[in-house]
Amino acid sequence: MEHTAPVNPWVALAYLISGACFILALRGLSSPASSQRGNRFGMIGMALAVGTTLFVHEIASLPEILIAMAIGAAIGIVTARKIAMTDMPQLVAAFHSLVGMAAVLVACAAYLNPEAFGIAGPDGEILTVSRIEMGLGVAIGAITFSGSVIAFLKLNGNMGGKPIMLPGRHVINLGVLAGILGLIAWFTQDQSPWIFWTVTGLSFAIGFLLIIPIGGADMPVVVSMLNSYSGWAAAAMGFTLHNTAMIITGALVGSSGAILSYIMCRAMNRSFISVIAGGFGGDTAGGAAAAATDRPWKRGSAEDAAFLMQQAEQVIIVPGYGMAVAQAQHVLREMGDKLKEHGVRVKYAIHPVAGRMPGHMNVLLAEANVPYDEVFELEDINSEFAQTDVAFVIGANDVTNPAAKTDKSSPIYGMPVLDVEKAKTVLFVKRSMGGVGYAGVDNDVFYMDNTMMLLADAKKMVEEIVKSLD
Amino acid sequence: MDFVAILSIFVMACFVGYYVVWSVTPALHTPLMAVTNAISSVIIVGALIASSAAAGGSASSKWLGLVAVTLASVNIFGGFAVTARMLAMYKKKERPAAK
Repeated sequence: MEHTAPVNPWVALAYLISGACFILALRGLSSPASSQRGNRFGMIGMALAVGTTLFVHEIASLPEILIAMAIGAAIGIVTARKIAMTDMPQLVAAFHSLVGMAAVLVACAAYLNPEAFGIAGPDGEILTVSRIEMGLGVAIGAITFSGSVIAFLKLNGNMGGKPIMLPGRHVINLGVLAGILGLIAWFTQDQSPWIFWTVTGLSFAIGFLLIIPIGGADMPVVVSMLNSYSGWAAAAMGFTLHNTAMIITGALVGSSGAILSYIMCRAMNRSFISVIAGGFGGDTAGGAAAAATDRPWKRGSAEDAAFLMQQAEQVIIVPGYGMAVAQAQHVLREMGDKLKEHGVRVKYAIHPVAGRMPGHMNVLLAEANVPYDEVFELEDINSEFAQTDVAFVIGANDVTNPAAKTDKSSPIYGMPVLDVEKAKTVLFVKRSMGGVGYAGVDNDVFYMDNTMMLLADAKKMVEEIVKSLD
Repeated sequence: MDFVAILSIFVMACFVGYYVVWSVTPALHTPLMAVTNAISSVIIVGALIASSAAAGGSASSKWLGLVAVTLASVNIFGGFAVTARMLAMYKKKERPAAK
């Protein structure tokens, strides 16, 4: 039976085409209009890769494989149909963990049966270069798996969002990382099982240790980072298997996740290192904020809000994670429709880190049938607040805090924020005055003369406003 | 294929990835994550090779492969389905009037 090395050129070509389809899948996402076609390219690429593999390998166990695929497909499709859009971050984290685990299993299988993968030398030992690739593949895969499981538990609320800090964690983490790299280096000289399994075990541990100290607000970065890792794991396995489709995909996914992490970090004005070091979003900054809440502020009712917005020429709605938690997106769109009937121009302003994953708010608004051309990114709409009558902030806080522009001592100083305070009136929907944002800082917008606080559950408040608009 | 040829493909693909991903509109970043998730499950190719290994190979390797096929299939079908579901929600304004 022949193995991968001198493959049939048609097979290599098929994998190359499948890789090109994946590039087109991502390219399609440059606009919502072409995105669905892009997704179909992705499916074609995947079908081609799977079909080619099944076609060229001697299949000794087709029924088992088909059963395995059918089980996976059933679970996947049912989950995809049923999942609520607000739960997308958890779902993506769960999917990442599966890719990681699959990479680990494939690497283990390749280790146990190198002949089948065509990576065994003439003496039956695994080729040196394949050992490095395999070691890296299993390590990245295991980190992706355990890291994603923790991210899932945090996002799903099974585990508190608060960072868990172990003493001396930086030393432990660096030590474990050095251990993994050292063992992979040793693995090239000596392919004993204990080295391989220790690398696997340590990698599971480090994935866990890396994510537990990271707080809820940094989850967008973590989810993007794990996205990137799942890509690098696929690429490493692609090197092992000499498979173009896997290498292209791995590179695409790896860069995609890395760019998203970079965008998220920039939107919070934090370095990637400081996010990974963790500990942000704890209770430490609470003291100053609590003292400041004695300042005077104005409370408004739903009727006041409805009246102000009806009179407005333009209203900009600023949604945040609180909107997602309250599931207020549908009623918010109803409010927008009512306002439009009154001749008000309605726009939505999205901060890049609003929500728990990149683009989270956009999906929720799309789910509620808000047309995507009414939804604007921070840099496109920020100059408009000065000419806007009402800024309606719902479930967002830190991303509107002017302290980020002026107060050098603030933990969020330098973060790009939405200039809501420049609008004639700011309506701020918030559960209570007590709570502060994830960064644990007070927001001066609450106490401005032109701010009216609407203290209630986001969904209930918007429902009442809709009633008053009739 | 020798290592350098594979490495060249990888490096080129990283550059392609870099430019393609920057051109993705921020509004579609969540579908981007879902679809990259689905395509990174191309790792199923490795899982299929492991599970299709004929007799003579190690049995545990085959079972590991089958489990990996199941996990990757959840991801492939789930990932593409949820991406399609999200993308179908993005709509333009019905009336092409304003703007």
